[in-house]
Amino acid sequence: MKKTGTYQFASKPSIVSTAVSVGPLEKVSPFHPHFDFIYEDERIGQETNEKGHSQLIEDTCNMAVTKGGFQLQDIDLLLAGDLVNEMTPTNFAARQLATPFMGMFSACATSVSSLITASFFLETKLMDKVMFGAASQHNAVERQFRYPIEYGAQKPPTGQWTVTGGGYGILSHHQTGKPYVHSATIGQVMDCECTDPLDMGSAMAPAAFDTIQKHLAQNKGTSYDFVMTGDLGKNGFSILQELIKSSGVSSYLVDNYRDAGAEFYGNEEKFLSGASGAGCSATVYYGPIYAELLAGKWKKILLVATGALLSPLSFQQGETIPCIAHAVELSME
Amino acid sequence: MIVSVIIAFIVGGLVCVIGQLLFDVAKLTPAHTLSLMVVIGSVLDGFGLYEPFIDFAGAGATIPITSFGNSLTHGALQEAEKHGFIGVLTGMFEVTSSGISAAIIFGVIAAILFKSKGKVS
Repeated sequence: MKKTGTYQFASKPSIVSTAVSVGPLEKVSPFHPHFDFIYEDERIGQETNEKGHSQLIEDTCNMAVTKGGFQLQDIDLLLAGDLVNEMTPTNFAARQLATPFMGMFSACATSVSSLITASFFLETKLMDKVMFGAASQHNAVERQFRYPIEYGAQKPPTGQWTVTGGGYGILSHHQTGKPYVHSATIGQVMDCECTDPLDMGSAMAPAAFDTIQKHLAQNKGTSYDFVMTGDLGKNGFSILQELIKSSGVSSYLVDNYRDAGAEFYGNEEKFLSGASGAGCSATVYYGPIYAELLAGKWKKILLVATGALLSPLSFQQGETIPCIAHAVELSME
Repeated sequence: MIVSVIIAFIVGGLVCVIGQLLFDVAKLTPAHTLSLMVVIGSVLDGFGLYEPFIDFAGAGATIPITSFGNSLTHGALQEAEKHGFIGVLTGMFEVTSSGISAAIIFGVIAAILFKSKGKVS
């Protein structure tokens, strides 16, 4: 039988602390009360966008450690990534943090792929505290994947806005009163032959659908407060809803679907189809959603981070945009 | 006077419509669209068609980027008449040099004075 990539974590590893910080534009987000820190400067007080990106990661990781009442030397491993070439922002931040470190890349799905990987490490009991997460900085990412910032190119309505922000958490052994990782589904790369990098939502929706379907099929009878995708945006999210409706997946007791990217900037039209970037799902999942789990508002949710696996070069060479989605099921007792 | 202004406005606008259609329908990138428009202007001048177009539409023909392609070919052909093959190379930038230099100089000034940031549409 073909493996579905779904795993249950018997040890129920708990997310014991999280921290989220964002840039100045993200103040307009309806999620902003749950962001731990909002920078006034989009370069995070640094000389270049990339240095600012790195600083944001370093600051937010430090915040997650402090908020949990830990010290950096307690961290067994940092699993994190971003979207910039060779992941220098995360690599450089890890140089300052000086914890054991492994870079993770699943594009905008890194927020969840890092948490899933951390869950496996916890399950082995070889590690006690693993820090996970992802970040993006608008200018550094847009200039790599789209156009030079100076160029001021206009985007079509399907275009999305890369979030400046990072979300990090610390996963440890089970603790009552803290949300824990119940199960996860590792996605497979899907390609719907989409080629437009200014419409990544449409490209990612089938990957999200595939992962959701696989996860729910393995957890029949479970009732979820909601299923939340990462950064499909308003456009991609409507495609996902169509896919779900036409397939009847909703019969698995989920009637509440949400998308972090579509909700991120509220109804601000200037952000077009919504938010994207590795920092989009990371800040929403580990900021507001984590806070609401902790407060007991939600009992069981499925987070499905989505990633478009293109590079500027692959796009220029006419390649299609393969996509991936990883799902993690968080529970609160 | 008024009539030529109206013609320039409409013709220049139509050239831009072609550019917008290349974005939206043909799904070309801005870089591809820009290059294509320059090449079209250049080829049109090669067939001697751009000068009559300027006579008809005035600024409607000289302001869009197609006119840059026209200038490249124009300069090359002019110099080629005077100096033969080597004139093709020297002439290409003779007419366009002011435009290119202006782009570089103003670009440098803007880069010194301002910090780039993301554009909210």
